[in-house]
Amino acid sequence: MNQVNDRNRDIGPFVPQPDDDQIICRCEEVTKGEIRRAVHDGMWTITEVRRCLRTGMGLCQGQTCAKLVKRIVAAELHIPQSELEPATSRAPMRPIEMRVFANEDGEVKTDE
Amino acid sequence: MNKTADVIVIGGGIIGCAVSYFLAKRGVRVICLEGSDNIGNGGSSRNGGGVRQSGRDPRELPLVMYGIKNYWPTLSDELDIDCEYHQEGNLRLGKTEAHKKILTGLTDRARAVGLDVRMIDGDEVRAINPYLSDEVTCASWCPTDGHANPLTTTLGFYKTARRLGAHFISGERVVALKKIRGTLRQVLCASGDVFEADTVVLAAGFASRKIAETVGIDLPMQEITLEALVTEAEPPMFNQMLGTAEADFYGHQTKHGSFVFGGTSGLEGFTTDDGTPMTDSRSAPCFCRGIIKYFPNLAKAKIVRTWAGWMDLTADKVPILGTVPEVPGLVLACGFCGHGFGIAPGAASQIAQLITEGKTDVDLSDLRYDRFTAKA
Repeated sequence: MNQVNDRNRDIGPFVPQPDDDQIICRCEEVTKGEIRRAVHDGMWTITEVRRCLRTGMGLCQGQTCAKLVKRIVAAELHIPQSELEPATSRAPMRPIEMRVFANEDGEVKTDE
Repeated sequence: MNKTADVIVIGGGIIGCAVSYFLAKRGVRVICLEGSDNIGNGGSSRNGGGVRQSGRDPRELPLVMYGIKNYWPTLSDELDIDCEYHQEGNLRLGKTEAHKKILTGLTDRARAVGLDVRMIDGDEVRAINPYLSDEVTCASWCPTDGHANPLTTTLGFYKTARRLGAHFISGERVVALKKIRGTLRQVLCASGDVFEADTVVLAAGFASRKIAETVGIDLPMQEITLEALVTEAEPPMFNQMLGTAEADFYGHQTKHGSFVFGGTSGLEGFTTDDGTPMTDSRSAPCFCRGIIKYFPNLAKAKIVRTWAGWMDLTADKVPILGTVPEVPGLVLACGFCGHGFGIAPGAASQIAQLITEGKTDVDLSDLRYDRFTAKA
């Protein structure tokens, strides 16, 4: 996207909400309040929130929470969701055992 | 948007964020410009997390020793974030006589600069880390080395600098520097924005080369891709930082339980990318083969992610730090060669001291920009 993003723009104060304890990223157990707090600490992109809190870095790689995180961050920044780039999808598509990955040219060993 | 400050820092990686932090702490008005959309988007967030003195060139060793003594142990408190710093030693592993020779050379040179590092044999290695295979026959052992979380540490410097009043702007790509009456004064951006300051710190990794060229300074660097991977969480096994004599892999177990390992495939510098650092499908399997030989127990650990990053590799593989007499006002802090994470707090604090006091605690003269000369 590469748009000038002035991190001093006033997004207002952090206001506690009744559902701040709700878990948003189930794999890494990150709550709505933690995500909102991170935005007020300057984490203004999905990638920054992810690197700061591990949202979407667990076993499902964000397949469950990505949309929820985006909605929360956009609301906190008062911007449309379309202005937030999703986090980068990373290979492999599914978790792979090292011994299988290591043997990528050969047969999968099923000795145990 | 305010476009004038005492200091403009170009680059919002760990070096730029940490320089901004140390300057803001000293009461300096700072604007930090990051070219990409994300703070800490280069090597700062993509490295293996080593906070390591052993295995380093003696010219940069005093700087990283300074940082480990003065900043790392208290950094989590200082930055109000969990940097996950562990100071439980670094094992640099060897399997052959040739490896032993490499490690002994590194160890001797580091000891000459005053670092506590020594060679140990295979049994001593396994007494420290019982998970290592019998193939390991020697290692260098540096008990004061360690590792930390590059993501939280980089963003911690950003967050705290911002709280202290440093002004960050992302997506603001610098294209040129401009002197006015012989002194560096303006920073020109692709967006058309022009920033002004008395001092400009160039900490933009490899991108620093093109920017420095606009004021006639060449910084001999190459951009080389390096790749890494991470496993799912495993039960806690060990807390040392690991490397190997041939640098074929390195890494550690994180607080989260996952193992972060980086490595080399032998194809570095020859893989293709499209303007973003791309993983090569051959690399991660290659790292896995290497890791399993050292750690047979991890054969069934699952890889969940792989990623790539760029190193800003200088011609002699140590960073470029300090002022530039031909361009008054310019301060360089780039070319960290893929091992800029552990050295960042020490290097950044010295750059901040240089700007505000005109002197440094650690001698930076070996890291001058004009040290690159052709063969006699």
